[in-house]
Formats: sequence, structure tokens, C-alpha cells
Amino acid sequence: MSLLQVRKVTKRFGGLTAVDDVSFDVFEGTIKALIGPNGAGKSTLFNALTGFDRPDSGSVVFAGAELVGRRPRDTVRAGVARTFQNTQLFDELTAGENVMVGRQARQRRGFTAALLRLPSALAEDRDARAEAGRLLRLIGIEEWVDVPAADLPAGIRRLVEIARALATGPRLLLLDEPAAGLNATESRELVQTLYRVRDAGITVVIVEHHMGLVMEVSDEIVVLDRGRKIAEGPPRMIQKDPAVIAAYLGEGGDDDD
Amino acid sequence: MDELLQFLIAGLKNGSIYALVALGFTIVFAATGAINFAQGEFFMLGGMLGVFFAGLGLPLPMAAVAAIAATAAIGAVFELLAVRPIKGGDPLRIIMVTIGGSVLLRQMALHLFGPDELPLDPFTEGPSLKLLGAAVERQTLWIWALTGLAVVALALLYRRTTFGRAMRATSIQRDAARLVGVNARAMVTASFALAAALGAVAGLAVAPLTQASFHVGAGMGVKGFAAAILGGLGSPVAAVGGGLLLGLLESLTAGYIDPLYKDAVALVVLLVVLFVRPQGLFGGSGRVKM
Repeated sequence: MSLLQVRKVTKRFGGLTAVDDVSFDVFEGTIKALIGPNGAGKSTLFNALTGFDRPDSGSVVFAGAELVGRRPRDTVRAGVARTFQNTQLFDELTAGENVMVGRQARQRRGFTAALLRLPSALAEDRDARAEAGRLLRLIGIEEWVDVPAADLPAGIRRLVEIARALATGPRLLLLDEPAAGLNATESRELVQTLYRVRDAGITVVIVEHHMGLVMEVSDEIVVLDRGRKIAEGPPRMIQKDPAVIAAYLGEGGDDDD
Repeated sequence: MDELLQFLIAGLKNGSIYALVALGFTIVFAATGAINFAQGEFFMLGGMLGVFFAGLGLPLPMAAVAAIAATAAIGAVFELLAVRPIKGGDPLRIIMVTIGGSVLLRQMALHLFGPDELPLDPFTEGPSLKLLGAAVERQTLWIWALTGLAVVALALLYRRTTFGRAMRATSIQRDAARLVGVNARAMVTASFALAAALGAVAGLAVAPLTQASFHVGAGMGVKGFAAAILGGLGSPVAAVGGGLLLGLLESLTAGYIDPLYKDAVALVVLLVVLFVRPQGLFGGSGRVKM
């Protein structure tokens, strides 16, 4: 049973069809990658999946529920978390506090309750701290917990953003170019992190330019070119696919690898 | 020496009230980027509603809690009806709306409670206490205690609860906060409720000394605004520092120069700070740090 069913999703911007009739499935407990040359429509598709952009047609069903037309906040609450290409951390908060903000998604406790029942809200905060510590350990960056986000190195910022997304309690994690700007060591750590996330029972979809990382980490790959899906399958198959090779060579080769 | 001590006590008393009102400005500014010029009216409502609930026969502590809760609710409703509909949350339009709202709240208080100055019993009866030869009214101790309590509760809410962190996160980066499931609009409503509650605490605490009246909001709004600017908008610590400092400046001016100049101090401070150091004394980069 697939966790996420993308069906005939189309998104146009004026005369440009950025995503053209794309369908695919993501199975629970797997890592799926979306790749394609620049301008292939990967980020547009990502935005359509998470409520930031409404597709013109098509449907996105997550765990049996339609996501199209929902607000980002409701998508998060339904169990879909995402990160952005350009990392958006709360710079004035520490790494740990950033992760703890993600917990709000799972909480119904409102302002009045937090204020009137301050003692119980404070007691609950111990759980929040413990959980932030656990998530940062899962990602392997627990030593940065008390460092303000503004002072973190780029690689660590990326990982904190993943930990924050995990704090919302997702079943599906969407990562938009998680390896962009990372050095070789950081990329290797990212691969290990993605395995740990998957082994924790969370399904992962990544958009990524870094071909080595994609081929290593993905169970399945969807290739987009000019908005259309041109191939889908396991890495070994994608590497030999003539349509994929043509799409990349036609653009002058992959710019990252 | 005794005289100086007496001035300092008076300054810290008024300064505590300014600090609470300034905190209200700071909280709404952090959430919206706008100055809430109705903040003084929340101070007014705290006193008026306290008198009203006490007049219904409620014991003073219950009347106080009811007045704070009612003012917070009015703050939330004000945000929902007047601020939330503003497209894109443009700060300049929010400011205009709060100016209009302040007039509305003042007139409503006038019609509901009348034009008279209304007395509220001191929280504890009894003669003034002596502190190193200076007299301290019991109500002044209440003002300090309630200000301290409100500041500590606010700090705990912001620093140690998931909800408070969500408020800080929203003020730092609204889109990223929505991305992790925070209801950013609810955070703005909460900021108005919280600012109104702080204003109400100040209005209640000072009412036994000055009496409650429908017209005290505008003057207090100017003082609280000046205190927030003096400290540096955007940081709660700066708001409290600015409030206490403004109170002391006023009191020393009244004592050593002329009581007539007391109210001018806030305006002079406001102008000098805006010309010389617009980010305020304790505000660093001008960024919001809750």
C-alpha cells in the first residue's frame, strides 16, 4: 500500500506548464528521490505536495486523505513535514529550541491553557527538551543543542532543519535539496542520517541535484524533464535509461557531478 | 539622602507600571511589526473593570482576576475584528486601526461607566511601611510584586513552553513557523490578549493610588510607548529597563527640578532617543529578540 499517491498533477504558470500530468507512488518505509535538470519542475511539484502551491489539476492522497487545497499547517498536522532549499531556521533560537518549535504541530494546547495552566505547560516542557535531545541525537548533532541557530555551520543548520521537521511527528518527510552547499564529509553524514530516519519508520522523499547521493540513498527515483515524468525506477535502472541520459546530456550534463 | 530615597521609590513605582505597559507594546510589535496605540486603553480597562467587578460584590482578588481576563478577551476580540482583516498585515494600517480602536474603547468606557473618577480599595489596608527612613505605601509593594510576577510569568511562557517558543518563532520567521505547523495568525491574536492582560495588571495595581477613569489610557499610552522606545522596541528586558528608567527620570525631575516638568520628561526622552539612538538603550541591532 503506498503512503503517498500523486495522480496527474499539473501546475501552470502563465503559458509555462511547470508540472505536466505527473503521477507516482511513494511506498511506506522507503526513500524516493525526485531528480531532473534545472527547471524540470521538482520544486513546484514539492510545493504542490505540501500545500504551498495549489496544483491546477490532479490529486495528492496521503494515507487515504486528499492534501490538495489544504493549508501548509494542516498538511504538517496530517503528518507531512518538509524542509526548504534555503534553510529557514529561527536564528535567535538555539538548535534545541528550533526543534522544540516543531512540537507545536502536535499540540492542541492553546494560549489560554498555556497561560492559565503555566505549571503544567512548564512540566510538559521537560518532555519537549528530552524529545529535542533525542531527535538531535538521532541526527547525530546533539552537541549543538544550546548553540543559537545563527552561529551554526551550514551543514549543521541543514540537519537541525531536518530534526525540526521530525519534531512535528511526520510519517512522510520531504527534503528539498538537503545536500546543497554541503562538503563531502557532510554529505556522507547526511546519507547516514537519511538511513536512520528511514529506519525510524519515516518515509522520505528528496529532491536532489547531487547524483552520487541520490544513487546511493534512494530506493526509487522519479526523473522529471520539462515538467514531465520521463522515467521511474530503482537507481540501477535509471542510470541506464536512454531518456534520462538524453535529458541530462541535452542540458550539457549534470552541473553538480 | 532620605529625600533621594523617597524619589527613587516613587520612580520605581511608576516605572514598574510603565514597564508593564511597555511590555504590551513590545509583545504586539514582535508579532506584527506595528505599534498598538490602543495599549493605553487596556491599562484604562484594567482599572475600570476592576472597579466594575468589585462593585458587583466580588472580593477584590476575584474582581482583579475577572478584570484581567475580561481585558485580555477584549484584546483578543479587538485583534480578530479590527486587525486580522487587514490584508497582508501591513504595519502602517495596523497602527491606524489601533489609533481608531483606542478612541472607540475610550468612548465605550465613558458610556458604560460614566465620566467620574472611580475609587478602588487598596489591596491591603494599613499605614505606609518604613524603609531606611523613607515611607513606602503598601500598594507600592503590590505594584512591585505584581510587576515582578507578570515579568517572571511572561519569561517562563516565552522561554519554557512550546506555545511561547511558537510565538517567538513566528515573530522571527513567520513562513518557517507555519511550515512546522504553527498557526501564525493565532499567535498574533494571542499577542494582543497577552498585551491587554499586562496593561490590565498595571491599571489594576495603580487604581487604588490614582483612581480609575475612562481618560487615563492616552497618557499612559504615551508613557509606555516612550518607555518601550527608550529601552529599545523588540526585547522584553529592554521594555522593563526602559520603563524603570523613565519612572526614575520623571521622579528625579519632579523632585529636583519642578513637578510641572514631570510629564514632559517622557516626550523629551522619546524625541532624544529617536534622534540619537533609535534602536533604544538596550536594543542591539534593532532585530526582534523575544
